[in-house]
Amino acid sequence: MKRHFRVWRGDASGGDLRDFDVEVNEGEVVLDIIHRLQATETPDLACRWNCKAGKCGSCSMEINGKPRLGCMTRMSTFEENETITITPIRTFPVIRDLVTDVSFNYEKARETPAFAPPPGVAPGEYRMQQIDVERSQEFRKCIECFLCQNTCHVIRDHDENKPAFSGPRYFIRAAELDMHPLDDRSDRKEYAQASQGLGFCNITKCCTEVCPEHIKITDNAIIPMKERVVDRRYDPLVWLGRKILRRDQLGSDNMAPSTTPGVAGTSGGIPSSRARRPEGAPVGPDGHMDIAELVAPLQGGLSPFGEDMTFPLPPEEVTYHHPEKDR
Amino acid sequence: MSTLIERHLYDVVVIGAGGAGLRAAIEARLAGKRTAIISKSLFGKAHTVMAEGGAAAAMGNVNSRDNWMVHFRDTMRGGKFLNNFRMAELHAKEAPERIWELETYGALFDRTKDGKISQRNFGGHEYPRLAHVGDRTGLELIRTLQQKIVSLQQEDFAETGSYDSRIRVFQETTITELLLDGDRVAGAFGYYRESGEFVLFEAPAVVLATGGVGRSYKVTSNSWEYTGDGHALALRAGATLINMEFLQFHPTGMVWPPSVKGILVTESVRGDGGVLRNSEGKRFMFDYVPDVFRKQYAETEEEADRWYTDADNNRRPPELLPRDEVARAINSEVKAGRGSPAGGVFLDIASRMPAEQIIRRLPSMHHQFKELADVDITKEPMEVGPTCHYVMGGVEVEPDTGAAFGTVQGLFAAGEVSGGMHGSNRLGGNSLSDLLVFGKRAGEHASAYVETLQARPKPSKVDVAAAAEVALAPLVRAGGENPYTLQQDLQAVMGDLVGIIRREGELTDALKKLQELRVRVANVSASGGRRYNPGWHLAIDLRNMLVVSECTAKAALEREESRGGHTREDFPKMSPEWRRVNLVCSLEETGEVHLERKPVPRMRDELFDLFDRSELAKYVTDEELAEREAE
Repeated sequence: MKRHFRVWRGDASGGDLRDFDVEVNEGEVVLDIIHRLQATETPDLACRWNCKAGKCGSCSMEINGKPRLGCMTRMSTFEENETITITPIRTFPVIRDLVTDVSFNYEKARETPAFAPPPGVAPGEYRMQQIDVERSQEFRKCIECFLCQNTCHVIRDHDENKPAFSGPRYFIRAAELDMHPLDDRSDRKEYAQASQGLGFCNITKCCTEVCPEHIKITDNAIIPMKERVVDRRYDPLVWLGRKILRRDQLGSDNMAPSTTPGVAGTSGGIPSSRARRPEGAPVGPDGHMDIAELVAPLQGGLSPFGEDMTFPLPPEEVTYHHPEKDR
Repeated sequence: MSTLIERHLYDVVVIGAGGAGLRAAIEARLAGKRTAIISKSLFGKAHTVMAEGGAAAAMGNVNSRDNWMVHFRDTMRGGKFLNNFRMAELHAKEAPERIWELETYGALFDRTKDGKISQRNFGGHEYPRLAHVGDRTGLELIRTLQQKIVSLQQEDFAETGSYDSRIRVFQETTITELLLDGDRVAGAFGYYRESGEFVLFEAPAVVLATGGVGRSYKVTSNSWEYTGDGHALALRAGATLINMEFLQFHPTGMVWPPSVKGILVTESVRGDGGVLRNSEGKRFMFDYVPDVFRKQYAETEEEADRWYTDADNNRRPPELLPRDEVARAINSEVKAGRGSPAGGVFLDIASRMPAEQIIRRLPSMHHQFKELADVDITKEPMEVGPTCHYVMGGVEVEPDTGAAFGTVQGLFAAGEVSGGMHGSNRLGGNSLSDLLVFGKRAGEHASAYVETLQARPKPSKVDVAAAAEVALAPLVRAGGENPYTLQQDLQAVMGDLVGIIRREGELTDALKKLQELRVRVANVSASGGRRYNPGWHLAIDLRNMLVVSECTAKAALEREESRGGHTREDFPKMSPEWRRVNLVCSLEETGEVHLERKPVPRMRDELFDLFDRSELAKYVTDEELAEREAE
């Protein structure tokens, strides 16, 4: 049976919804239909996917305006004559068609302080009770589909909040580490409040609603984190102690240095100064840069920019990124 | 079209960001090497997330009688003695350390009562051995390694002010060619999927960790990434592939409904009490216990059922036979007309235990089928059948270092892309531990190799230009064939003619059809531009899928016996003579696949002595046994 679909096509410069009538068979999901479109009418339709089993979190999209995984949206959930509209997730910049630039999330992941192993506990000696690990395990079910980030109204249509706000995905990461039975840091909540923008969240639970893993993001992570932050902040003594401690514990505003001695120890004997800064072009044994005259179609030194370039270049074609200070 | 090529210098480039790749990269970075990780997908989306059962390691937390020797024996038995014994030995010995190490990275495995890592039963393992997290162990492994890399980047940030100074992830980047300087690896060439721009990594050492080849099959649990890139890159760089005829068809993939076709139903469903029934309702696995396993498996349903609660005094249910035996049994039942409506058999756990127990033990399984297919596994049986799951064959490597054989130097491989470890059949749970053990080793030895070099090998400009031309060809060419059609045709050839049960006539036919496809693939064209164009990406991947398929078909035709993941209807028996033979593929100058036989390395005596003579007699020739006795 043919069904009507509207799929957004375009890129950063703009685009629009295109109409398609596509064959749909019993038992199929929306991602099956995207694949059929690619195999038939639109071979270059861009869409991320991997496992097609709801386990990798790649095929995030908005289906009739709702943030969903394409592989987890059964066609049988729509009305017989319903038009199905598929658009890219809105909170992140479009790259092409249904593919968006989700690097925001990877940047926030980097800023969240990592697990700090308990000092003096050797590998193999970790002891934890099932009941204690289960609380963190709930958050470790996260497949990083970023639908919670996409739906969160703090940053959906509010790019200006992005620098100061990590989003639900990283609140549950903070909660996970906070509840980890052996994590050595005790300032996860304070960190979430001070550096992740936990205070922006006014617990509308949109993130919990869209989570394909049914993680209770708001109830089990955000609210407990907020409550405990509040507890500590309003106890004047604890507050004072924290206030004093936090300065030297955190070091910088954005990220405290990781304290993982057991790990760096492996490389203890080997100098890590081999990390190189950007290098110039290689120089031959004679001290000259090599000029590949014999293999080139042109005589003389090649243009370092390629022979088919004319200048000036249109700025949108230049792949140069001005170096930015790492945040 | 612009031919700007972005250039990066690294010490070690790891291609693939699944378990093996990430573990290798961590090790290279810890050894002080500047490391790049290249991922075809986003960081953390690797196919490793699909592994459900667990990671096998003889920690002895649940049954203290377990140790590396028992694990080694199980692995060799599972692989029907064709395993590279040294890899199986290293794997069994080092797996526990690698698992414990993950806890220091923040992993949270399920626990025993005394707070240790819990271990579960799995097909082919004598004792409960699989460290697990519900049924999402692969996700835990990937996330843990991903977060470890982030933590290393944070250390680097604290020290240098840049997260990327020592280890950097290039996500959504595909490598199309390895570049050599003489016989030495000098770098890797590829493109950013987002922009279609080219990128050149100059590096003296490359670790391949690209996973498997399943996308060449019609019914597969593998994602689009599994196009045999690493296998093909290795071949073209002068390395060799070993035993490519051995593909694991997971016995229990969903066959209905279509939205979940190919998706695996984890073996732990059977480990926890699920049974297989045919359309007549018969628990048929009792009819398919091969002689070599007769002693370890129950003969009656009563005994089998007692095993779940008292494993020490009862023999195991036959549902827990190694995967190939289960796959073959299902295939036979379906062929005999006793299959389910969609051409599989029924896997029943609903009638075996209360619903809440199923949900507690198999949460994501339950969730997955409810959401994806509206199937409630606590109420109705699942329809399952064999699906292409894993390739045992792969890059022939030096067991201790992971260095590729053949003419190339500076090339390493780990994980599914490497061959030998699993012999003719992989035990469930052994792949996650394989990733960790050999990922670490490859990263370590790639770093050590870089230390020994006097000068950095340099890729030649001619090779770079040629690689760029090959990559652009499908876009430049007008009026060629649609890549999706070609992929479907290739999948049909491999699925129908080089599938789970093989015959000489069909294999010959397959080779002929692959030759025809080769001509067609050379003429593939992709419409659209360079920015995130999946049609173009597939067009480039096709030549990798094709050459790897040729290796599989050739080796399958050559090996005239049935063993593990290779079943020949015309040679149904396992042959002790063939156990001595590895089939090794290389690429000739003309681009043709060259196949040769090589002897299987001789197992060290102290390992050989771990086995009963009576058991060995089933696998090795009489002369071999006599020879050992004489010593």
